[in-house]
Amino acid sequence: MAKETKEKKQEEMTWRDLEVGCVVCKPGSACSYRTGDWRSRRPIWDHEKCIKCGLCYLFCPDACVSQKEGKFQADLDYCKGCGICAQECPTSAIKMVEEEQ
Amino acid sequence: MRKRVGMEVSLACSEAARLSRVDVVSAYPITPQTHIVERLAEMVAKGQLDAEFLCVESEHSAMSACLGSSAVGARVFTATAGQGLELMHEVLYVASASRLPIVMIVANRALSAPLNVWGDHSDVMAVRDTGWIQYFAENGQEAFDLVPCAFKIAENRNVLLPVMVHMDGFHLTHVVESLYLMSQEEVDSYLPPYEPLHSLNPDKPVTMGAFAAPFIYTEAKKAQQEAVRDSKQYILQAWKEFGALTGREYTPLKSYMMDDAEEVFFVIGSFSEMASVAVDKMRERGEKVGLLSLKLWRPFPTEELKEALRGKQLVAVLDRSLSPGTESPLFTEVRSSIYDMREKTRVIGFIGGLGGRELSPDDFEQMMERARTLSHNGFVGQAEMIGVRD
Repeated sequence: MAKETKEKKQEEMTWRDLEVGCVVCKPGSACSYRTGDWRSRRPIWDHEKCIKCGLCYLFCPDACVSQKEGKFQADLDYCKGCGICAQECPTSAIKMVEEEQ
Repeated sequence: MRKRVGMEVSLACSEAARLSRVDVVSAYPITPQTHIVERLAEMVAKGQLDAEFLCVESEHSAMSACLGSSAVGARVFTATAGQGLELMHEVLYVASASRLPIVMIVANRALSAPLNVWGDHSDVMAVRDTGWIQYFAENGQEAFDLVPCAFKIAENRNVLLPVMVHMDGFHLTHVVESLYLMSQEEVDSYLPPYEPLHSLNPDKPVTMGAFAAPFIYTEAKKAQQEAVRDSKQYILQAWKEFGALTGREYTPLKSYMMDDAEEVFFVIGSFSEMASVAVDKMRERGEKVGLLSLKLWRPFPTEELKEALRGKQLVAVLDRSLSPGTESPLFTEVRSSIYDMREKTRVIGFIGGLGGRELSPDDFEQMMERARTLSHNGFVGQAEMIGVRD
């Protein structure tokens, strides 16, 4: 919602920097808003138990589970720690662990 | 010299919207506003108005469709009253914060329960803080004039805010008045086509209505507060230009016999004309009484009010609504505005005209008499309801 001429982080913007009506004029700005800091627990995969069924990938409401070199993982910039992946995993390969400061 | 025509005020308002070349009317009928949108629907059906008329299923939908239509760059008009305004409530905030220049006439009406369709300002006061520019018409001519003015103000690039034109239900909407209409050429010369700053267009995509987390919401609200405060100069400018065109100029406060007045009636809406009759009668007896009628409700004209009340002894404020458990809104705002003035003007509040209850010039005379007595006895605050059976 910043005016296009300004390149400030939202946290640093003053009310004068806001576009009229808080319109967002630039596409893709959601990428720069990392919502992962809402999370209080993070998912950890036990790759020994994982059978690569992909249910975690399918159920993730934030579409932040992906496969890297055959292994599933969550993008922690956006994972909010809801635990749905752990709940749905048929082999209990995912554990939710507390975030630490 | 233009000729006066006799016309039901609601229909004059429809004519004002037609002359303003509205693109979209989205509305739901509700007494006492119905005639306005009914006539607009008829104009669209007969091809007299090149606009889209959206028959929606509720006022919540009516205002939501106004949002969408305004967001794509259309000039949008609607009208409602009382319960209808309440059903729109949450959407009103979205319109103002999204800076969409929608114009709406509100035919002021009481709120249920008990069910009452008559004139009252309970509906206005409930939407006081929605962020819309709001002003009052006190007769049919003003209701007509203030519609093109509203578009002029709302669509100004320095304003971009929705505007509510308030007019008292029945006392204004349903009377036939003698008034001056405007020609299409005159309105066109005053009101250029609307050019939105941002609009929803696939060729230039934008997001409207994005969420704002705690770290930016305060800044968004500050920007809105500044926009509404800052709009006053453009409202005055639009009224001045309208005055130059038609000879009818509007001001935030309308004064009557105020120059040497020591005691002042303070009203909003159509009761000002009743109060002016009382002022005339009291002046005949040598009483130095004047009348202030508030036209601009939001942004509130604090400076003008201070100036108008400077040196006055007593002001009797009439509210047509209640704030149960405390004093009524007009009274509290008037008193708050002048509180820090060096010379104290005593402010006595009254409540009257609820749910269509008539007030006569005699009632106004008695109101001032009562204000004097109360003030003499050291009373400061809001007094009883006028004419309530005890």
